[in-house]
Parts: sequence; C-alpha cells; structure tokens
Amino acid sequence: MTTVLQLLLEGERLDTAQLASILNQSEAEVSAELERLQAEHILLGWRPVFNPERAQGELVRAVIEVRISPEREGGFDRLAARISQFDAVESCYLMSGAYDLLLFAKGKDLREVATFVSERLASVEGVLSTATHFMLRAYKEQGHLLLSPTESGDKPAVSP
Amino acid sequence: MSDPSQQFVADHVKGLPRSGIRDFFAIVAKMPQAISLGIGEPDFVTPWHIREAAIFALEKGITSYTDNLGLLRLRREISSYVENNFGLSYHPEREVLVAVGVSEALDIALRAVLNPGDKVLYHEPCYVSYSPSIVLAHAKPIAVATSAKDAFGIDPEAVAKAWEPGCKVLMLNFPTNPTGGVTERAKLEQLARFAVEKDLLVISDEIYSELTFEGEHTSIASLPGMQERTIFLHGFSKAFAMTGFRIGYACGPQVLIEAMMKVHQYSMLCAPILSQEAAIEALKNGTPAVEQMKEAYHRRRDLIVRRFNEIGLDCHSPKGSFYAFPSIEKTGLSSIDFCKGLLEAEEVAVVPGTAFGESGAGFVRASFSTSYERILEATNRIERYVEAVKG
Ligand SMILES: Cc1ncc(COP(=O)(O)O)c(C=O)c1O
Repeated sequence: MTTVLQLLLEGERLDTAQLASILNQSEAEVSAELERLQAEHILLGWRPVFNPERAQGELVRAVIEVRISPEREGGFDRLAARISQFDAVESCYLMSGAYDLLLFAKGKDLREVATFVSERLASVEGVLSTATHFMLRAYKEQGHLLLSPTESGDKPAVSP
Repeated sequence: MSDPSQQFVADHVKGLPRSGIRDFFAIVAKMPQAISLGIGEPDFVTPWHIREAAIFALEKGITSYTDNLGLLRLRREISSYVENNFGLSYHPEREVLVAVGVSEALDIALRAVLNPGDKVLYHEPCYVSYSPSIVLAHAKPIAVATSAKDAFGIDPEAVAKAWEPGCKVLMLNFPTNPTGGVTERAKLEQLARFAVEKDLLVISDEIYSELTFEGEHTSIASLPGMQERTIFLHGFSKAFAMTGFRIGYACGPQVLIEAMMKVHQYSMLCAPILSQEAAIEALKNGTPAVEQMKEAYHRRRDLIVRRFNEIGLDCHSPKGSFYAFPSIEKTGLSSIDFCKGLLEAEEVAVVPGTAFGESGAGFVRASFSTSYERILEATNRIERYVEAVKG
C-alpha cells in the first residue's frame, strides 16, 4: 500500500486533502500520519525550492571543509552539533576522507561568510582547520535543472 | 465541392475513415489551457542515461545506415531481453527485425503476409491504426468486440464466432490501448488452440506488457505450438518513455522476418541509428527506471479508477497500460457528445471510445499518464459536468 511518505518523496506538491484523495484515506488520517512523521523527525519541515540565482541573487553561498578533533566520548557529535547551531550553516555532514565536516553556508556577502569562518568557526575549540570554497553558479538545485530545464516541447494535447 | 486532385487518390485510401475524432483533436489543440487526459504517451521524459547514449553516439559521429535488420548488437540485446522477460527464444541474426516503432513493424508484418482479400481478425476497441493498416494491406478487417463485463479481455468464443473462411491473421494487443484489458492465460490457451485449428498467424502487439500491474504478462507466442505461428511485436515507446525515438521490433520465424525485411528494406531501409544506440542502452540499463515509472502509473491508476466509480461512471480497473476506460452510459450522452460537452463546459479532454472502434461506444478513454494534481482536478471537473448533465 502506498504511504504518505512515498507520495511526498515523489515530489509533487500536494495538500492534505489531495493526499487523502490519492490514498483513499480521510484527511484526519493523513494529518495524523504527517504529524507522526514530524514527531519522529522523519519529516523535518517544508521548504520551497528556489533558483538561487533568481530568488536570492545577492546571497553568497559556500561549502566549507572542516577538520575537527574527535573526542573520547561521542566522537565528532558534540562539535558537529555545536557548529550546526550557527545560522550561517544551512547543512552540516560528517564525511569520510581528507576532512571531517562539510558545511553548506550562506551569507549576505563575501565578507560576512569570511567573518563567520575566521571569527566564529575557526575559533571553536577543537576545530583544526577550514577550507572555504565559494559557489560561483548553480546548475542544479535539489533535483531541478536550472540551465536546461526539461521542456515538454510540442507534445500534442491528444494522441492515439 | 470536389477538388480535381481527388481523382489521383487511390480508392482504398479514399475509403479510409478520416476518423471523426480528428475534428475533436483540432478543437483540443486550440485550447492549451485545457487539462488533457487524452495523451497516449508517457508524461515522463526518456531517462537521462538513454538520452545520453544517443548524444554520445552522435558525438562519436555514428550517423550512418545500419544493417536492414538493425544493429546486431541491438538484436542481441533484444533477443536476450525477450528471452528473459517473455520466455521466448529468437535468434538475433535471423529472427529479430528492428523497425521504426511498433507502428512500422505492424505495417510491414501485415504487408508481408496478406494477399488482397485475405481477412484479419482483431479485437475492438483497439489502437486506431489497426483497421486502416489492414485495409492499406488490401485485406479485410473483421472486428471482434470485447466488453466491459470481461474487463475487455478477449472471449475466444466470440473470436470463433467471428471467424469466416479466408481468415489468415489474428491480431492481438494485450494490455490493450484503449481499455487496459488483458487476457487470462486459460483464455489465451483456448485462443492458441483455435489459431492452430484454423491455421491462423497471430500478430501480437505487446507494447504495454511491462506496464502490467496485476498478474504476470503472458505472451501468446510462449504457448505450445505458437512461436512458429506468431509474430511478436514490441517496442520502447511506452515502458521506456521513448515515443519520439520511433523504435520498436518484431520477432518471429525466420521466413516471416525475412519477408518483413524485404518490405522494410525497400520502404524504410533501416531504423535510425541513434535510436538504435539509445535502445541498446535502454535494454541494458533501463529496467530500474521502467519499474519506477510503472509504480507511478499504478498509483495513478488506483486513484483515477476510484474517482470515476465515485462519480458514478462505472470503470473497471485496467490491469495494464496507462488508460482508464470508464462507461459514460449513465449520462445518456454519446461518447463524442460527452467529450465535446466536457471540453466546452470544463476544459477537460478525454477521447471518445468510438475513436477506437464502434464497440467503444458508451465509453471514453482517460489517460492517467499525468500528475496527481491534474488527475484530481480533471476528475473533480468531470464530476461537476456529470452532475450538470444528469440535471
Ligand atoms: C497498441 C499500440 N501499438 C502500437 C503503438 C505505436 O507504437 P510505436 O510508438 O512503437 O510506433 C501504440 C501507440 O500508441 C499503441 O498504443
């Protein structure tokens, strides 16, 4: 049986009533399921996907590689959680390889991101080094092609 | 007012119906804002890895003709795909022909085997080109009606009843466009015995077979004694979402493939090489994408069928394809009037059942190859329209 989660993962924007209709459930059942998904931190929130070039043109985005020293208890978790708290950090992941944390960060201009890295991030105790890469241009945003969006072309409205 | 050029048109072409629904299509074409459930092709674009294979081939300068039968690499892939998925074994060098879609494969199969005046049995409602293709091969189409009470599967007794001396070919298409009908194995076996008894050649168009939602798809060619009297047609348009590539294939006994190859070689030469390259990639690596699309169609099917039944338009659940075929009998309207009225009142396009043969009267075809949102909105509008019509 199809679940609310499966439908959401398909990525079409649907409200509760529509989800209910597709799944042949009541709206109350769908709402309860959405609440459960949120309560269990499976569904974290709802966010529109923007073309960063068009919607947030002035915003500067960067990825930052961070090396940190693991701790005797909890490994990287405490420091990672702490670094994640900064508003400038949009996402934070623990990686295998040459560095430990990968941050996706944003700021209103270059200086703001630079200040964040040098004054906030690098000064956190346990941070060993950082390497910041500024994003120049977006080509694909969360599954959406920006430069060559798929077009339906001249597909006829009715075909045999 | 007859145009003097009329005299040059061949009689059997003049005689082909201009298909009443062309006028209907023309109206729809002028209403881009309408929600269309009239589309007979996937709403997905071809999976990227397949498109990429075509681009790569083009970049490499692969722009030539191919062997008339198609690239041997492709025929090998087809041969193993058909073996794995249908349990049929065909020799890639002699028993497989790559064509420009199932459309061409069907046309050359008919032209290769029919003599003027031969008769062809086929089930109706069916794909729009069946009857005209038979006529264009100078043969006589004999329609066998299928009905909602059998979920549009074929009734072997009805076929036996429709048979008359001179019948040479039986054409089958399961799952069926426009009804989504399939035929259970026991009935297929009965049909196979009938084909043997009457010495019929079967042309089986299995283009929707991957999109079978319930039960296993069985090819009639895999039944005892059938492979030697069956031309198996399949293609990439539906399951792999490759309609624009225009590529399909036929598998059959060497003698028949050879005969088809003659027609193909003099009329088409070969299928486009870039599409053949894309098809190789589709067969090698396309199955996960096909599965994913099938799941999406499955969910949409459940939704649209339920909505039609809620609205009061009786609709069987199609076991395959991406078409629902609800009855509109309760509205008291003819198929074409229902469709025109719906388009006018609610700007929703569905295709009149009669477009697929007389036995489609009282039904419409609604494709669910579109988004949930559109299916929901379209069925809400149909509901409003049906209420208004019932008064
Ligand atoms: C039953 C059936 N056969 C054949 C075709 C044509 O397929 P192709 O694109 O391979 O020519 C279609 C397309 O709608 C179809 O529905």
